[in-house]
Amino acid sequence: MSDKSHDPNQMTGAAMIVRALIDHGVTDIFGYPGGAVLPIYDEIFQQSEVQHILVRHEQGAGHAAEGYARSTGKPGVALVTSGPGATNMVTPLTDALMDSIPLVCISGQVPTHLIGNDAFQECDTVGITRPCTKHNWLVRDVNDLAKVLHEAFYVATSGRPGPVLVDVPKDVQFATGTYHPPRKSDVHRSYAPRVKGDATQIRKAVALLAGAKRPVIYSGGGVINSGPEATRLLRELVEVTGFPITSTLMGLGAYPASGKNWLGMLGMHGTYEANMTMHDCDVMLCVGARFDDRITGRVDAFSPGSKKIHIDIDPSSINKNIRVDVPIIGDCGNILGDILQVFKAEAKKPDIKAWWQQIAQWRARNSLFYRKSNDVILPQHAIQSLFEATRGKDTYITTEVGQHQMWAAQFFGFEEPHRWMTSGGLGTMGYGLPAAVGVQVAHPDSLVIDIAGDASVQMTIQEMSTAVQYELPIKIFILNNQYMGMVRQWQQLLHGNRLSHSYSEALPDFVKLADAYGAVGLQVHKPGDLDGAIQEMISVKRPVLFDCRVAALENCFPMIPSGKAHNEMLLPEQANDEATAKAFAAGKALV
Amino acid sequence: MNQPASAYFIEDRHDPNETHTLSVLVQNEPGVLARVIGLFSGRGYNIESLTVSETEAQKHLSRITIVTTGTPMVIEQIKHQLDRMIPVYRVVDMTLTRRSIERELAMVKVRGQGEHRVEALRLADAFRARVIDATTESFVFEITGNTEKINQFIDLMRPLGLVEVSRTGVAAIGRGPEGM
Ligand SMILES: Cc1ncc(C[n+]2csc(CCOP(=O)(O)OP(=O)(O)O)c2C)c(N)n1
Ligand SMILES: [Mg+2]
Repeated sequence: MSDKSHDPNQMTGAAMIVRALIDHGVTDIFGYPGGAVLPIYDEIFQQSEVQHILVRHEQGAGHAAEGYARSTGKPGVALVTSGPGATNMVTPLTDALMDSIPLVCISGQVPTHLIGNDAFQECDTVGITRPCTKHNWLVRDVNDLAKVLHEAFYVATSGRPGPVLVDVPKDVQFATGTYHPPRKSDVHRSYAPRVKGDATQIRKAVALLAGAKRPVIYSGGGVINSGPEATRLLRELVEVTGFPITSTLMGLGAYPASGKNWLGMLGMHGTYEANMTMHDCDVMLCVGARFDDRITGRVDAFSPGSKKIHIDIDPSSINKNIRVDVPIIGDCGNILGDILQVFKAEAKKPDIKAWWQQIAQWRARNSLFYRKSNDVILPQHAIQSLFEATRGKDTYITTEVGQHQMWAAQFFGFEEPHRWMTSGGLGTMGYGLPAAVGVQVAHPDSLVIDIAGDASVQMTIQEMSTAVQYELPIKIFILNNQYMGMVRQWQQLLHGNRLSHSYSEALPDFVKLADAYGAVGLQVHKPGDLDGAIQEMISVKRPVLFDCRVAALENCFPMIPSGKAHNEMLLPEQANDEATAKAFAAGKALV
Repeated sequence: MNQPASAYFIEDRHDPNETHTLSVLVQNEPGVLARVIGLFSGRGYNIESLTVSETEAQKHLSRITIVTTGTPMVIEQIKHQLDRMIPVYRVVDMTLTRRSIERELAMVKVRGQGEHRVEALRLADAFRARVIDATTESFVFEITGNTEKINQFIDLMRPLGLVEVSRTGVAAIGRGPEGM
């Protein structure tokens, strides 16, 4: 009989957790301690392979882990205590589920014998997080812990990625059991995501592409999630076919914004040319996107004349909102590779000159037009200046939610994937600052900027303290319009300009606030001072709160209004009061 | 149609609803039923009937039978949403296979005297329902069959003194030698 005390795989549950993190290559985690995770914190204290970043609110840990994951392609890890620690994770878990971000959350739980007793800091964590995780587990036996942890990493990162949660009661953390390294049998036999696309469907797709007269490629976050190979293949496909390409908010950067076939983002605040191309196309290739309602506008008028090919790893994304003609289930990278192979062997570049001429006319409408001013900074101008100042630099952008987010998507050009971190599906105000913390932890020497709004930034401002503690030189670039601008815009357009509770009353002095946190505060009012201040922000190697005072009442255009189709966009130069009133006339629902 | 100013495009869907019976093979583990039910309530799908029991103890397999209604597109969604859950092995649409047998069991309590009592017994006999409990003024009938047959029996018992009904919900299985 072996002497158990000398078996290196005999260890406490708490030790297994740290060991599993190491075995999965995790080097950084984000967390906040509490009674139900103290044994794990004790283990963390006694090792140096996993760095723990102490946030100031568990929501911050979750978004930081998301930022870390999205900028690296690796899973993000968060550690929180039971009860309020776990409930504070609900927003980031939901956010990660909507945006398909691999996240592993480990939560402490009250000891097993107290579960169900309304014990101190007890909550039904697996019950609460069931609808906002891809899967979750409550581990009642220390001998199940290794298997569950390994499965958790696998589930989070495979197939359509997503958040998972492992709830570990305190007695299980203390108990001793047997650890094993990751192995194949750790995973449910019922879980087998499909990777390879069906060959017949791929042939059908190629036939459609080869015969297209007015094609478009519409790509999404799935391409980025699939990894660098998918991005490379997408670019090659555009090259080989000569097709125009647009993307969702989540997919920006997969195809470079400077590429000649780029139409800009599509959807509610997408470009005119992207939306018109979608509307009038005859063949649509959707890669790793899901026909979300911000993309389609009115579904019964969505791209009425096209044959649609849809590549997605999640079968439930197919035919959910829009009926497609050729669904292909599997990994985008894998399928794009197959499509390219068949296309190159059997098809030739279709002649779509006339289509490009049509697109050029739409482009000429210059739908992102705005009027610059010498007196006030226009928010669009601020983003453009920021983009110019960071060109060629190793830059990562996160955002909050609102007008500034849409302007960032419209005016900041992304050349590479994993450089753009925004809360797309859930639209979580307060995402950007902690996400920037996570990105900066993963890329200590890069320039990490949160393009923020004055309202959103206050939702997780406490993470400035985290940035200062860990010397993370994140830049919080606040487009301060003194309004919840996006809410104000809708109230103006839809609710008779009754600006109910959308004014940012009693804003803090962001410069003093930065100072109070031990960060750097900058403020600019005048367009003439903007470039200099941005240079200063970039050169300071400390966290910066940048209070960029911008025109208060600027609206975000172009816009697909109220239950309208892609070809009914409201363009900036038309958006006078009368046209706006007509576009949003009563009797039409908003998009 | 006049629509309120909303953040979403509100549309009327006119596709007719269909009723489908789904057999779902799952890993029998804590929370699996809550996951399935949560999916239905969370996404606004209907559950007309739901039965669940472990079917292979050794392999920890349970079989869930769900009768649901929705437009064809919604039914498709339900199947995909179920199928992508981690502990779900297989989802079979028994209605699409058109080769399935569906049964449910009901216990029906009827209270009455005289002519009503005799009539209840006579009908029970015609429906092959068994008497499983009796007093001088009541019967409990056990009846097995498809949903329609049971509904019909219950309707007939109503004027004869129906007190209460307990039903198992639908269990379904495919015809022929193959398993699901
Ligand atoms: C947590 C959360 N609460 C509420 C909303 C609704 N919402 C969307 S945008 C917005 C206003 C954002 O204001 P600000 O951050 O100043 O950005 P701006 O639109 O002015 O650029 C609000 C309240 C949200 N998206 N997230
Ligand atoms: Mg604002």
